[in-house]
This record gives sequence, structure tokens and C-alpha cells, in this order.
Amino acid sequence: MTRKKAKRPADAVVTMVVLKLYIADTAPNSARAIANLAAICKEYLGDGFELEIIDVLEYPQRALADGIIVTPSLTKLSPSPLTKIVGNLSDTRSVLHALGIT
Amino acid sequence: MKATKRSTARPTPAKVATGIPGLDELSYGGLKANRTSLIMGGPGSGKTVVALQTLVNAARARNEPGIFVAFEETVEQILADAAGFDWGLRALAKSKLFFLEARLSPDVVQSGEFDLRGMLAMLKAKKDEIGARWIVFDGVDVLLTLLHNPIAEMREVYRIRDWLADNAVNAIVTAKIDGGMSASANYDFMQFMMDCVIRLSRRLENGVSLHRLQITKYRGSDFVAGEHPVSFGSSGMEVGAPEPPEIKHAASTERVSAGFERLDRMLGGGLFRGSSTLITGVPGTSKTTLAGKFAEAACLRGERTLFVSFDEGADPIVRNLSSVGIHLRPHIKSGLLRMYSGRTESIGAEDHLVKLKSLLREHRPRCMVIDPLSALAKAGGLIAARAVANRLIYLVKDGGVTVFITAISEGEDPQTEATELQISTVADTWIHLSYIVRSGERNRALTIIKSRGTWHSNQVRELILSKAGPMLADVYTAGGEVLMGTLRWEKEEEDKVRTTQRHLDFDDKRGALQVAEADTHARVTALQLSLDRQRVELARYSKDNDARITSSTEREQKLGRIRNADPTERALAPSGGKRNGSNASNKGKADGQRNGG
Repeated sequence: MTRKKAKRPADAVVTMVVLKLYIADTAPNSARAIANLAAICKEYLGDGFELEIIDVLEYPQRALADGIIVTPSLTKLSPSPLTKIVGNLSDTRSVLHALGIT
Repeated sequence: MKATKRSTARPTPAKVATGIPGLDELSYGGLKANRTSLIMGGPGSGKTVVALQTLVNAARARNEPGIFVAFEETVEQILADAAGFDWGLRALAKSKLFFLEARLSPDVVQSGEFDLRGMLAMLKAKKDEIGARWIVFDGVDVLLTLLHNPIAEMREVYRIRDWLADNAVNAIVTAKIDGGMSASANYDFMQFMMDCVIRLSRRLENGVSLHRLQITKYRGSDFVAGEHPVSFGSSGMEVGAPEPPEIKHAASTERVSAGFERLDRMLGGGLFRGSSTLITGVPGTSKTTLAGKFAEAACLRGERTLFVSFDEGADPIVRNLSSVGIHLRPHIKSGLLRMYSGRTESIGAEDHLVKLKSLLREHRPRCMVIDPLSALAKAGGLIAARAVANRLIYLVKDGGVTVFITAISEGEDPQTEATELQISTVADTWIHLSYIVRSGERNRALTIIKSRGTWHSNQVRELILSKAGPMLADVYTAGGEVLMGTLRWEKEEEDKVRTTQRHLDFDDKRGALQVAEADTHARVTALQLSLDRQRVELARYSKDNDARITSSTEREQKLGRIRNADPTERALAPSGGKRNGSNASNKGKADGQRNGG
């Protein structure tokens, strides 16, 4: 499990966006998703996010438990509502919309 | 567990039975082991049922765990839909079967391409965990079409194929495709990839929904080609294999009555137990009456009987039959006789079969009537009806039930194949009823066209209905004429008169002959008399002659004496004149005189 944590300022007042990205090792779509998400986070979220990247090949049971169907899959756990996005996140606009960033 | 039958025609790959009745017969054993089979068909054609039923059977019969990946419906929907079948799927879902809901909810946002790598990794983990031998991908096309990219879709299908090949499980993939007919023609390549392709279809024929199954491909194995009817019952799907590959009916030599004694005699002693009898005829030829009589006779023997009628209620049948002396009501009351009336147009022929099957199971009859089976042809789809009719007959015969089937024939001539259902070849005995119309009368004629394995009369009989029930009469068949009814009666009366006449004529002739004989005799007597007379006359004539000779001799002698002539030589002979002793002395002289003269 790769766990990337954004720097968290001590006096954070911004709402933290908690994300989970499920990928399949280095599959093209998964690699693209990581890159796309990184770019989106950097541009729109700054430091206000928490991202966990889960390799399904490594933790299949966990992905099963989380109800993951395809890879790559992005889940926004917080703030509510819970949102799921599938695909390599190449359509930035729909990702932003789903994450509630306008 | 259903036994796996293997074709002996050529070596076949290892197969795993689906346990779906009919399908394993069509495929000579089931699906290819450790390979992938594609079930394709339109919406509602039964793809999911095939897949689920196979999983359930494998789990229940062989204790093989399986995984069901639902792309199309939620797991809850699937379990709810399958609750109508007696599979106990909900319980199995907690133990042997694992359901993965692989349906993207409508809330899920899609952004760019995705793939199934992650899912396949999860499935591998699950498979290893529960030791799954089966995996079903149900409606994989639903998820893949979200890719909106045919090339990507194809890539994912190949990914699944490779995964299945690596994992050595029995796999079933279902896809909502109609074999190139629909827009999803891009899925045609799936057919090339798979080892076995089964196509399901559903269409309307005469307003009745018909399900069909067809194996279109089976790598390395024979299969029964063609479309086969599919029916759904409480145990799931059943495929109507055209005929069981092997017929295993035991042949009984026990005879049962066909209804009444005269008909039994025509059949050489009755019907064989467990045989099927077909009665054909145009409407109104008393097919139902014969069938009713058979049913009554069976009940009177104490045998459980099932009377299935189509498009006519049980009550009217019972009432109508009682008018010809066939009383079924007491047997219905005693529970010996079960009447079932079906409406043919409401459901398909296959559904009727399923219903009849359950009736057979419930009532366990020894004798059965189906009246008329030809009504099945109305239940949408002649081909289906034919298949159902054949299967029904085989089903009944498998159970050793003696069955009486009536069928309405289109024409009077039985040779034109009386039944659209073409069941006459399956039937053991075929009785044909017809009308013979002559001089304002319609009379019923009964002919036995065939009766396997037994002597039977080849003669046409007149079927007469009365309050005492049906009976048969010999028809009048003299001089190449077949007469019935009044004409028969008239002809018989005429015959009687003619016989009397013949007797009279004979008497006359004898009298005449006697007279002639007497006459001849008299004449013979008369002739005899005249013969006697002539003989007497002849005798008398001979005496006269002698007398004349004697007298002339005497006259010569007298003359001689008178003239003193020399004695004749005859007088010198020693015994010359001994004949007339009275005048021996004179005679000696006369003889001598005659010889000299």
C-alpha cells in the first residue's frame, strides 16, 4: 500500500478532502490516473487533501470490501456526500465537479 | 446429480454437466471443462437463468463453489428473481456461491478510460479463497459499453479471456447480443474467442412468447444443432431436446382395455400397458367419447387416471360423456380420476408441458387422456408444439403410463398425415375415426390404421353411440360397397329377403326336378313293360315257328306216305326222330324220308 500524505498545516481551517485511489499496479490507466489526480490536487486543493492509493493487485480483499469494481477508481470519503469516480481521470472537468470543486 | 453422458462418436473434451435438463443432452455432456462458454441473447431470453442454474447445480450436486459476477443487476435483484425457482439460492449465496456486484451505480462519475485488471485481481483472490470451480460473468457488455470505445471493449474482453485461461475454471460469460443483429455487432468477436457458444432467443409467435436455445459452436465436440424450445418451471430452465438420445421404454406384454370389449377384440386383446394410442378424426367423430370410455374403463379397474382436455372445460366433458353412458363423476369424487382443462392460447406449448409434468408428478396416473393434443399447435409455434407433443409422449411413456391421445385431423384421409403435430409415428396404436356420408346420413367409421406388436383387425367398423356407450358394428361390405347406418340396415333386410327367395327358388327347383325324375322313372317303367311284352311276343313267335316247322314235316311225311315214297335218309339214322316220343315209329320213317328228299 502506498500512502501519500499531503502536508498538513497545524492550523488547518480548510476542509480536508479525503480521497482513496484504487489502482492496478502500473497499468496504463492506473498510471495515468495517478498523474491526473496529482495534477488536479496540486492545482485545486493545494494542501487540503488526504490521498490513499491502494494497489488492488496487492490488496484485492480490501478492494472487494470497499466495493471496487474497476480500476482506476477514485473515492471521495470526505466531505460528504461520498463520491465515486471511475476511469483514468482524464476528464478534469467531471472530476472537479464530482469532488465538489468548482 | 445428473449423469454425464459422453458421445461415443469421437473423443470429446472433458465436459462438465450444467444439470439443465436437455442442455446436457444437446451438448453431449455439458460445457467444456475449464473453458469459457458464451451465452448470448436478447433481453429476457434466459441468459442469467442458464448461468445461475448451472452454478446452483454444480454447487448442490458436486459441491463445487462458484462466483457470480453481476454486471447488470444488483445481487439483491438476482436473488429475488431466482426466488421463484426451488434452488435455495439465498442459502447458497451464503455458503457455496459468491456474488460480486459489478454494476456501476448511476451515481458513479466516469472520467476517462478504466479497465478490469483490478477486478480480475479481486476475483482471483476470491476464487483462491473459496476454491471456486465456476465463474460467471453475467452481462459483461453492460459495463464494457461504458468505455464508449470498441477497441477498449475488445481489449477488456481479451483480458477476461486470458484471465480465465490462466485460472482454469469453468466459465460462463453472458452478453446481451443477438448475434450480429443488433448494434452490438462488435461483440461478434466474442464468439470466435469462446469454446462454446449458446444462443438464446425469445420471440413472439401468434402472440405467444417462445423461448429458444441453440448451440452455435462447440470447439472439439459434436452437438445437436438447431433451435430447441426452452421452458421454465419451478426447477428452472428446461431445454426440449428433440428426442431422448436413447429410448428406454420397457415393453410390457400386459394388455389393458381400450374401453370396451369389441374394440379390444379389434386390437387383438386390448392395448399394451404403457403404450400410446392416437385417435384422429375430424370434429364430431367421437374422439372424446372413445377417450372417455377408455378413462372410465381405467377407473373401473381402479387405476389412477389423468384426463387432460384443452379448450373444453372438465364439466361439459363429464356431462356430455354421461349422455352416452360414460360416467366419470363418481371417479372424480373418489379421487381416482383427475380432470385438467387447459386453455391453449394463453400460454406457450412448453408451459403446458411443464404444467402437465407437474400434474403427472402429483397424480401419478397409470392411464392418461390428452384431448385433443392437436390443440397444442394453437399455443403458438407449430415447431414448438411438435417438439412438446413428442416430448410429452416420451415423458408419459417413460413413466409407463398408458396414454390415449386425440388429435383433430384436417382431412378425411388419414394417409395425408392426420395431425399437424406429426405424432403418428410416435404413437403405438393409431385409430382413425371418420364420417361416411351416404343418402342423407352421417355415420361414424372406425379404422385401426396401425397397432404395433399386435394383431389387429383391418376392417372398417361402424361406431354407434347409444345410451349404453359406444359400440361397434360390422359394416356391410358386399360387392365392394361399404354401407352403414340405415343403408346397412336396408341392405341387410334386402339380404334377408334375398335369402328367403333363394330358399324358395331352391324348393321350386327341387320340386321340378322331382317331377322330372318321377316322369323319367315312369317312362322307364313303361319301357320295361313294353320290353317284357316284346320278349313274350318274341318267345311266342319262336314257338309258332317250331310248330310250323313240325307241322310241315308231318305234312311231308303224310304226303310221302300217301304217295308211298322211299324212306328218307333221315329215317335210317338211329336216333333221328326221338324228339317227338309220342309218334316215334312214324317219326323214324319221316326222318329217313326228309334226308332222302
